[in-house]
Amino acid sequence: MSDPVVSISHVTKTFAQGNVTALQDIELELMPGEFVSLIGPSGCGKSTLLRVIGDLIEPTSGAVTVNRKTARQARIDRDYGIVFQDSVLFDWRTVAKNIALPLEMLGWDREKRRQRVAEMMELVDLEGFGDHHPWQLSGGMQQRASIARALAFEPALLLMDEPFGALDEMTRERLNLELLSIWERLGSTVVFVTHSISEAVFLSTRVVVMSPRPGRIAGIVDIDLPSPRGVETREDPRFFELVTQVRELLRKRGEHLLPEEEGL
Amino acid sequence: MTAVRRAADWGPALVVFVLVIAAWEGGIAAFHVQQFLLPRPTSIVQSFWTERHTLWPAGWYTFKEALGGFAVGSTLGVVAATLVGRFKVVGTAFMPIAIAANAVPIIAFAPIFDVWFNPLSPRSKMAIAAVLCFLPVMVNTLRGLQSASPRQIELMRSYAASDLEIWRRVRVPTALPFLFTALKVASVLAMIGAIVGEYFGGSFNALGVLINSDAQVFDFVTAWAGILVASLLGLSLYGAVVLAERIVVRWAPQNRGS
Amino acid sequence: MPAPLSRALRRALAVAAVLVALAGLWELYIWIWTTAGWTWPFAVDSTSMPHVWTIAKAFGQPAQVNQPALITILFHKALFTMRESVVGFALGAVIGFVLGVVLAHSRLLQRGFLPYLVASQTVPILAIAPMVVVWVNPKLPGPLQGWGAVAVIAAYLTFFPVLINTLRGLQSADARALELMRTYAAGRWSVLWKLRVPASLPYVFAALKLAATASVVGAIIGELPSGLQSGLGGAIINFNQYYSIEPQELWATNIVAALVGILFFVVVLGAEKIVVRRAPENVA
Repeated sequence: MSDPVVSISHVTKTFAQGNVTALQDIELELMPGEFVSLIGPSGCGKSTLLRVIGDLIEPTSGAVTVNRKTARQARIDRDYGIVFQDSVLFDWRTVAKNIALPLEMLGWDREKRRQRVAEMMELVDLEGFGDHHPWQLSGGMQQRASIARALAFEPALLLMDEPFGALDEMTRERLNLELLSIWERLGSTVVFVTHSISEAVFLSTRVVVMSPRPGRIAGIVDIDLPSPRGVETREDPRFFELVTQVRELLRKRGEHLLPEEEGL
Repeated sequence: MTAVRRAADWGPALVVFVLVIAAWEGGIAAFHVQQFLLPRPTSIVQSFWTERHTLWPAGWYTFKEALGGFAVGSTLGVVAATLVGRFKVVGTAFMPIAIAANAVPIIAFAPIFDVWFNPLSPRSKMAIAAVLCFLPVMVNTLRGLQSASPRQIELMRSYAASDLEIWRRVRVPTALPFLFTALKVASVLAMIGAIVGEYFGGSFNALGVLINSDAQVFDFVTAWAGILVASLLGLSLYGAVVLAERIVVRWAPQNRGS
Repeated sequence: MPAPLSRALRRALAVAAVLVALAGLWELYIWIWTTAGWTWPFAVDSTSMPHVWTIAKAFGQPAQVNQPALITILFHKALFTMRESVVGFALGAVIGFVLGVVLAHSRLLQRGFLPYLVASQTVPILAIAPMVVVWVNPKLPGPLQGWGAVAVIAAYLTFFPVLINTLRGLQSADARALELMRTYAAGRWSVLWKLRVPASLPYVFAALKLAATASVVGAIIGELPSGLQSGLGGAIINFNQYYSIEPQELWATNIVAALVGILFFVVVLGAEKIVVRRAPENVA
């Protein structure tokens, strides 16, 4: 039994001098190679938790271990890549140079960078667009570039904060499939924040349901759908059962999800 | 960009130009407006040419003052913005002063600059131009340096980037479009500052002095020709900045071509 | 002490502190430069940089024999110039606004006239001021002559920022809001007054702040070639001639000019706070 990649122990985070409890006594362990979704209504702390793992926010109390180090050390050692809802690509760099950004900062030489960028663009299906600028790409392509950048230095851990939230349903479903194939190829661990129950169930090995005020884990659902998953998985009866299970967990706390529930 | 679109963009301006000049020329003749008040365009252009041996060198002389002031003022503005951006403490104390300073009519200090830097020396006019350029450049550059989105900063922090690296890779590029907007404003102010400064006294090699003395002897035709020179020079500096912007800030929305 | 009062007090103290600090820096600069004997950027002596107390004293004394104290004279001159600025500001703001509204409705007119309106700002007003004065004055009714022409010059400097920002502001109305208005079958006027104008207010006020200063600058500059003695511009020319003998008087005049500029700016700032309660700070 290997060590967990991420270990969150009694983590609490308060804002506004204790008036807002974003996270309360969170306990969670993520094993290598898992695809874990964090889902819940607004204010449940899922994005905060993601940032705590990434050492972008410091917990008020509790401990976070990433890759057997402190979260801070993991960030300094660049053990994870992060993808936001907004692609956050730099307009003044071409797509290729955007993907190369973390490699530049790691001090890689030009030839190594060029090679890796080419590999990454092939991975996310953006070949031929290296010399374009971000504004010349569609939303979906921008997000693919963002993912390529996050994976450029092959981190063990991938943190994603509603990466497909701004895209239309069809692009979203396509990118879901692409993300899964990338995940299978690289074997990384993924923490995925989302609003969409169907997306969470489709992508993950486990779904962590969170509820707000204060932010805490309401329940965890193991997703035992077969791999590799594809278009037909969404029509599997087991899929619907799991979606219902997740939805029930969300309702139990008296909260209703935003309109992502339709379109199953 | 197709030729038709180009024509549509510039056509109206051209038409207006032709119409106004024609109306001006014709109106003066038709209504017998006194030549000495508002000369005919043809007279002005004629004077522009015949007086070129005095006007053009004078224009160049003043232009150099404006250019010098533009360079010094803008550089200081960028430096000040960088300092204020890096050291927040300086910023919070400094900003209200900067805003108030912006409301002060700098031109009232022109005679004092003459005292400090000898009225006949171009430095006194350069100083006025520099002061006029400093503030818009500083305020806008600072705004640009502070306009990086929180997501961009978070992204850089996920790469364990140092403050200096964030500065270099994010804040500076983000500030460039803002800087160029300010430089466009400053380019016009610099020339005007130099000329207005010359009103209070200056070498006879200077355009402002020339225009003023022509006006005082009621030689308005030459005065207008001098104004034409000043205007063309101011526009050319502005145009140079616009060109530089197209090259340096190729990604800004207004420069995105196909 | 109630909150707004304590805040006003704190702000007044902050301003006083800044003034004291500036005076302190001034004297420090004088002290360092005279002790070290540096002549760059310029030589420091009692003429080029009079002491703060010399300038302060000058306010209380008459500039010439048998005249009231300098501060009284400057006060009246300031009022004279302020009248020109206010009228010029009002005139320029209205013209700028109206032009902005007109141009916002016609892309053709925009493309035709905007380049020239921009170019007009490269013409140094000081150069055309004498001509404006000679041309406008005879057309004005008696009591308006003299300062009226200067107000026109002030308006010339004011209209442009207001025009540009009105244009931007009117065009900034959200596309969806425009569509909404269209579903109400709203005519052009309704759209203008109910949607575009309110949307443009933050932009217009940003321009008005710039315009306030511009109108003061325009008024002072306009007075110079007009030979008007009654305003601050006249005072500047006057005291400039005596500078080598009595430098502090010109400095005193400049301080008053600066205060007029700042006062104008603060007034517009206050008006903005009342009219546009959620004005975005950094617009235009």
